[in-house]
Amino acid sequence: MRILPLLLLSLCFAHSPLVLAETVLKRGNGAEPETLDIHKSSGVSEANIQRDMLEGLVTEGADGKLQPGVAEKWDISADGKVYTFHLRSDSKWSDGSPVTADDFVYAYRRALAPATASDYAFILWPIDGAEAFSKGEQQDPAQIGVKAVNPQTLEIRLKAPTPYFLGLLMHHMAYPVPQKVVEKAGKDWLKPENILCNGAYCLSEWVPQSHVKLVKNPHYRDARDISIDTVHYIPTEDQNTELKRYRAGELDITYDVPADQIKSVREEMAESFRSTPYIGTYYYALNLQNPPFKDNPKLRRALSLALDRDILTGKITQSDEIPAWGWVPAVSDYTQQSMEEKALDKTARTALAKQLYTESGYSDDKPLELEILYNTSDNNKKLAIAVAAMWKQTLGVKASLRNEEWKVYLSSRKQKQFQVVRSGWIGDYDDAYNFLSIFKSDVGEMNTSGYQSTEFDRLVKESETQTDPKLRREAMEQAERVLLADMPVIPIYHYTTQHLVSPRVTGWQDNVMDVHKTRYLGLK
Amino acid sequence: MFRYILKRSLGALPTLLVIMTLAFFLIRLAPGGPFDSERPVLPEIAANLERAYHLDQPLPVQYGYYLLNILQGDFGPSFKYKDHTVSELIAEGFPVSLQLGLSAMLLALLVGIPAGMLAALRQNQPLDHAVMALAMTGITIPNFVMAPLLALVFGVFLHWLPVAGWDGGWKSAVLPVVALALPQIAYAARMMRASMLETLGSPHIRTAFAKGLPLRLVLWRHVLKGALLPLVSWLGPATAAIITGSVVIEQIFSIPGIGRHFVQGALNRDYTLVMGVVVFYGGLIIVMNLLVDVVYGLLDPRVRYE
Repeated sequence: MRILPLLLLSLCFAHSPLVLAETVLKRGNGAEPETLDIHKSSGVSEANIQRDMLEGLVTEGADGKLQPGVAEKWDISADGKVYTFHLRSDSKWSDGSPVTADDFVYAYRRALAPATASDYAFILWPIDGAEAFSKGEQQDPAQIGVKAVNPQTLEIRLKAPTPYFLGLLMHHMAYPVPQKVVEKAGKDWLKPENILCNGAYCLSEWVPQSHVKLVKNPHYRDARDISIDTVHYIPTEDQNTELKRYRAGELDITYDVPADQIKSVREEMAESFRSTPYIGTYYYALNLQNPPFKDNPKLRRALSLALDRDILTGKITQSDEIPAWGWVPAVSDYTQQSMEEKALDKTARTALAKQLYTESGYSDDKPLELEILYNTSDNNKKLAIAVAAMWKQTLGVKASLRNEEWKVYLSSRKQKQFQVVRSGWIGDYDDAYNFLSIFKSDVGEMNTSGYQSTEFDRLVKESETQTDPKLRREAMEQAERVLLADMPVIPIYHYTTQHLVSPRVTGWQDNVMDVHKTRYLGLK
Repeated sequence: MFRYILKRSLGALPTLLVIMTLAFFLIRLAPGGPFDSERPVLPEIAANLERAYHLDQPLPVQYGYYLLNILQGDFGPSFKYKDHTVSELIAEGFPVSLQLGLSAMLLALLVGIPAGMLAALRQNQPLDHAVMALAMTGITIPNFVMAPLLALVFGVFLHWLPVAGWDGGWKSAVLPVVALALPQIAYAARMMRASMLETLGSPHIRTAFAKGLPLRLVLWRHVLKGALLPLVSWLGPATAAIITGSVVIEQIFSIPGIGRHFVQGALNRDYTLVMGVVVFYGGLIIVMNLLVDVVYGLLDPRVRYE
């Protein structure tokens, strides 16, 4: 029992007040990072941190758009297949040593090596020889089309012209890694005592489930213009807790805003609330491999037309989502497409939906029965109930609901054990191809519906190699129109992102990629 | 006594093995795997991942590997938190969970026991009713309701204490410790009251009073010792309750303990992490129960170790 007072004392004295001499930014960051290794991570939380620590050949500006990074300029060959990057002479690792073309060669080889087992290896597959190396079909890394011509010049050969290739290079899979550290420390290269960074900040401390602390990299080229000295990325898995912490002044920026609080937050904290369109689409995929949806585009269109998306977003989800009449969200250099019937008024649309439903062989006497699968969440549930009700009311469809825990749901979806499944797709880079490519007939599981169309495939293939931007864009827009006419998926809304950003924070620019590097931010 | 402890410890080994085996196969039965994600992983990449983590081997072989590693004290790498091994995660999280749990347990005892004593001494008087009503409230309000309420009042409205987080200081510890301790305070108070009443009515206390001993002396020397016994045996289950309670509390207050790993690990199908935490918790509870039995014997001369 004598241990009691001791324990109490230790509790009291464990407190060490934090002295804040520098400018510290505290950012809510969603889930605990799985890993900070750029070749092994796949989430948004991780990417936010990595983006501050490492910088690729090209990088994001404050507006999320592409701008030069480690490469100050680049040349593209006439056939669009060879990119020559000229690296800045003042780009340095955090120990002051220069970032060289070899660092990139090493990083890309590591990214693609089967032993690294990277989820996102495919980001680099447009590079010549990359896919074969990644799949283990050939083992010689020298066959990958990435070459250091000299320490300041990097040459990348592609297997085909890839107009969105520069966009891919903003992805964390295309950052450099410090070869000497990775080789020496192995998987411990990310420990604060080992790591080198070439971005504006570098890792100083990582306490799992508590925070990741980054401090300014004095060797970063623009270090003098950067006003935030230290940034804490704080895991905020529970959105309600995050909101409370923001209200209490413990966070300057939140990762998200709980959907059911958006209304009150918008009123009470108008100067903090930010809501921006995001590069993603929430949709219901229909299983085209089995009846009733197999070879039945009329039925698919009927179901899509029967949904009143304005009510679904305005009254049900209520998070500022944008009703989706097309598949591709607002991305650069692309005109958003929409179903032809968007122009009709609601009565005409409903009438058309009924007509298509009857034409596809269903009626009040013989109603369509189906099941909607979704992963357990309030938002998905509310939406599924509303969708089922709209289908019932307009068409007489008898829809039942099935919810599954996340991993169970993923497994069902993978095995195509569903009729209608809720899904979401978030783009990795600001290009429509990102959204269209997943419905090619040869991409496997990513094509949730199992959609197959030779016309669609042809148009997407054309866009893959078309070097003329205008023709490429037209091919993609036409492909989306084919997709929308076939309706293998029912787009419901385009995502938006919500943040609370303290009025003290300066330099924040809303953007569709939801990318906000700390180097552009400041604190009043 | 030493033989008793040794015997009990050896007896715990098969228990742990059963826990491990059940947990290993149960989590594998759950559909979905650690590498399933919203964006489907390409088959070639999935193969690379499975090879890297030995998931391509048949289940019994994986189980064999796992047992071998455990014998060497290695819980393996976490599937989800790829920069950490399970042992690292437990080593980092446990001190925090321990501090949280111990503080809550202390608070429960320090508040619960006196409250129960007071209630017993004022049986059926307003004070007794008040304490018991409070205790009943403490037991019935689940901590996932109480915790956000506390955070709202003391963090958001009053700004006295941080809403969440854990910086090692006492301020950030107050709310989670209180939220975790409240139901246990209530249990302790109710149990203390009941056992006090029982002891107060027993013949040896009546004798003590009859001899003319003052109340304070009777209480400290005779009543307390007998009345505390049931509480000691309650410490075992209370530890288990605090551990499971901290799983929720850690989540709500964003505390970097191992309780969160348990829940998140299961949801993420992070097989090795879940196994590590299960084995660790299992061992901990077995040890705590053993400790309680030993202490019980020290306090109650009627108990003999055989």
